[in-house]
Amino acid sequence: MFDYLVKRIAQLLPTLVLVSMLIFGLQQLLPGDPAKILAGEEQDPAVVEYLRKKMHLDEPLPVRYAYWVGGVLRGDLGESIRNQQPVLDLVVQKLPVTLQLAAMAMAIALVIGIPAGIVSAVARGSIWDWTANLFALWGISTPNFWLGILLILLFAVNLGWLPASGYVSPFEDLWGNLQAMLMPAFVLGNAIAAVLMRHTRSAMLQVLSADYVRTARAKGLDEKTVVLKHALRNALTPVITLGALELGTLLSGAVLTEQVFTIPGFGKLIVDAVFNRDYAVVQGVVMVTATAYMVLNLLADLAYFAVNPRLRH
Amino acid sequence: MPCLPRSLLRPLAILVLGAAAFAAQAQSTLRIGLAEDPDALDPSLARTFVGRVVFAALCDKLFDIDEKLNVVPQLATGYEWSGDGKALTLKLRQGVTFHDGEKFDAAAVKFNIERHKTIPGSNRRGELAPVSSVNVVDPGTVRLNLSAPFAPLLAALTDRAGMMVSPKAAQAAGDKFAAHPVCSGPYKFVERVPQDRMVLERYANYWNKAAVHIDRITYVPIPDATVRLANLRSGQLDFIERVAPSDMEKIVKEKKFKTASITEIGYQGITINVGKSDKAKNNPLGRDRRVREAFELALDRQGLVQVVMDNEAIVGNQWVPPSNTFYAKNMPVPKRDVNRAKALLKEAGVPNPSFTLLTPTTSDAQRIALVVQAMTREAGFDVKIQAAEFATSLNMADKGDFEAYVLAWSGRPDPDGNLYSFDACNQPLNYAGYCDAETDKLIKASREVRDVNERKKLFEQIAARVLKERPIVYVYHRKWLWAYNPKLTGVRNIPDGLLRVQGLKMGNGA
Repeated sequence: MFDYLVKRIAQLLPTLVLVSMLIFGLQQLLPGDPAKILAGEEQDPAVVEYLRKKMHLDEPLPVRYAYWVGGVLRGDLGESIRNQQPVLDLVVQKLPVTLQLAAMAMAIALVIGIPAGIVSAVARGSIWDWTANLFALWGISTPNFWLGILLILLFAVNLGWLPASGYVSPFEDLWGNLQAMLMPAFVLGNAIAAVLMRHTRSAMLQVLSADYVRTARAKGLDEKTVVLKHALRNALTPVITLGALELGTLLSGAVLTEQVFTIPGFGKLIVDAVFNRDYAVVQGVVMVTATAYMVLNLLADLAYFAVNPRLRH
Repeated sequence: MPCLPRSLLRPLAILVLGAAAFAAQAQSTLRIGLAEDPDALDPSLARTFVGRVVFAALCDKLFDIDEKLNVVPQLATGYEWSGDGKALTLKLRQGVTFHDGEKFDAAAVKFNIERHKTIPGSNRRGELAPVSSVNVVDPGTVRLNLSAPFAPLLAALTDRAGMMVSPKAAQAAGDKFAAHPVCSGPYKFVERVPQDRMVLERYANYWNKAAVHIDRITYVPIPDATVRLANLRSGQLDFIERVAPSDMEKIVKEKKFKTASITEIGYQGITINVGKSDKAKNNPLGRDRRVREAFELALDRQGLVQVVMDNEAIVGNQWVPPSNTFYAKNMPVPKRDVNRAKALLKEAGVPNPSFTLLTPTTSDAQRIALVVQAMTREAGFDVKIQAAEFATSLNMADKGDFEAYVLAWSGRPDPDGNLYSFDACNQPLNYAGYCDAETDKLIKASREVRDVNERKKLFEQIAARVLKERPIVYVYHRKWLWAYNPKLTGVRNIPDGLLRVQGLKMGNGA
């Protein structure tokens, strides 16, 4: 187990290097001269020249990459040319926001999705199954930004129960923070809940028809124990995979939801940076997200061991 | 839980209520919703419109403009041009201090102008290009020496080029000044969380403190116009800028909020490649001015205003709106004339010219392209639309890789700011590639002459030439649309679209 862990952590570094080279190269494919795009309305040639030098745009690609890697090793992820702010500061400011949003969305997704999937599988063909499937279809089909705006109109404008948008740090005002994050987390979570529900349902249906479940019932165990203790643990394996993948997607920032609810997270940061050709910001955010994603996958793999003893070799 | 003795309840209640009331009165906050997150809050480096909205509260300038675009005193109380127009002497306001307590004087002005001109990456160099040196005459008087007369200089000093930052703070912070700007405006910087909020609080020693009635201002960037409006409706914001034109009618009818509809100093236009690249000669629109005239005659400007902007714009055909002092009255807005357009095309030998109209993917630009395509079809034009992300489209225009391009300009208070960079030879924003020696001479003269009537005559001559060639077909001038809490009073409708904070009052007692 320990060897496995060491091996996986050792794999992290070369993967990160590869990702960094990939994103660096891909950014060069974006049309437009980043110096001109960041130069402002007046397009002053002196400013364009200055930015070109600052971003080392006249140097060959490998040289620019080397500058960036050198900076990273010194703890300097570069600077947002648009805002004159260090990328590291931006990441440190926004990562907790994205993490909180992702965690809350995931929690909502798990709390709704897995029980709905279980109920749907156990009461297959009944009104519960039908309702859960309808909810799943609705959750997957509804665009996030549309649902978001509708929720704002209902809960903020008409009822006045929740703030329309914005973010407050939990350290400043915990209650305000939770109020502000509830709607965006729900919007994100409900789409994932729908997907989780479908996968839980199909995994449970498969497991519930297995021999050992029949044996457990024959042994006289009550249905609750059969479903939750015996069937669910095995059904969870594919759901954990899915959960980890969805969480990874959440971490890269829920762009539309962040835009609608004005949550200052990664999503909006990276989209704005791409449109402004603020390369250093894109690079920094992608590296942080890639690292988080790989760590999550590692945790998911470790979770398999916890859930399925047969994997512990 | 132990109960409070009855005898203490009353005085305690009074205390608590009193404290609450005092607290409520002591900290009045104005919450403003912006359409974007500003860039660096450094007047020398700043390059966005929305940054100027924050500067209006944070950084005073040498001069300001009023509702009629007249230059009015702010940090400078008066000015005098030398006879040859190559020196501008400014009289400075006494008793002004920066937010860090440093004195504002002629030396500070000299420092700032030089900073605007020399700091690496400064976007103010072009605006102050003719200023060759600055002399401190005495602590209350400063002289700007010019390499050539330059009438638009005063207008430049009413914007970022005229903003004054504390020399001490600027020198200490170096290029990190934007993280904590120190100016001399009515409000001082408290904090900024990117893409979240900017908080300013009242500067106790502001020179015009009698006009400042609100304690704090919070600027919140909310890019989605619907959500911005929802925040105003739910009471989370007191003021929003750039209301969507389609929402305006409803808000005005509801009468729950006050509104403002201010004609901008910029314009919406269609730039035509007349000489930027080979695409100009390979296409009849770029090659033949009769085809361009036919194109303009096929447009129904009022129709465009109605469909694209829900009537929240006014038609125009020049780089300044028809209400502007320098609008060339000899070239009025042409009426739509499809028959004349068809005749011109026949004369030019191209009854069905075809060209590609490049448009950024912003919703109003795309709508313009679609409406233009439909309108000009009646005259025989076959317009193909190519949509591209804004930065990409700008890049294409810069390379001359376009035939026609839907492009707007935010505008400057002096008409030169809407003309020179676009219509003078080889200027950075001259995407059309228009270059005419005589027009250049006239534009140069219009920059040097200060007399308003003389300038008017020059602009009329320029209009006669430029509007005949049509490197840009100016279509309309948009309106700044604001909606705000009815308790907010003192809002001034200044055409640059920036909310002035002096004189604002919030409801009772603030």
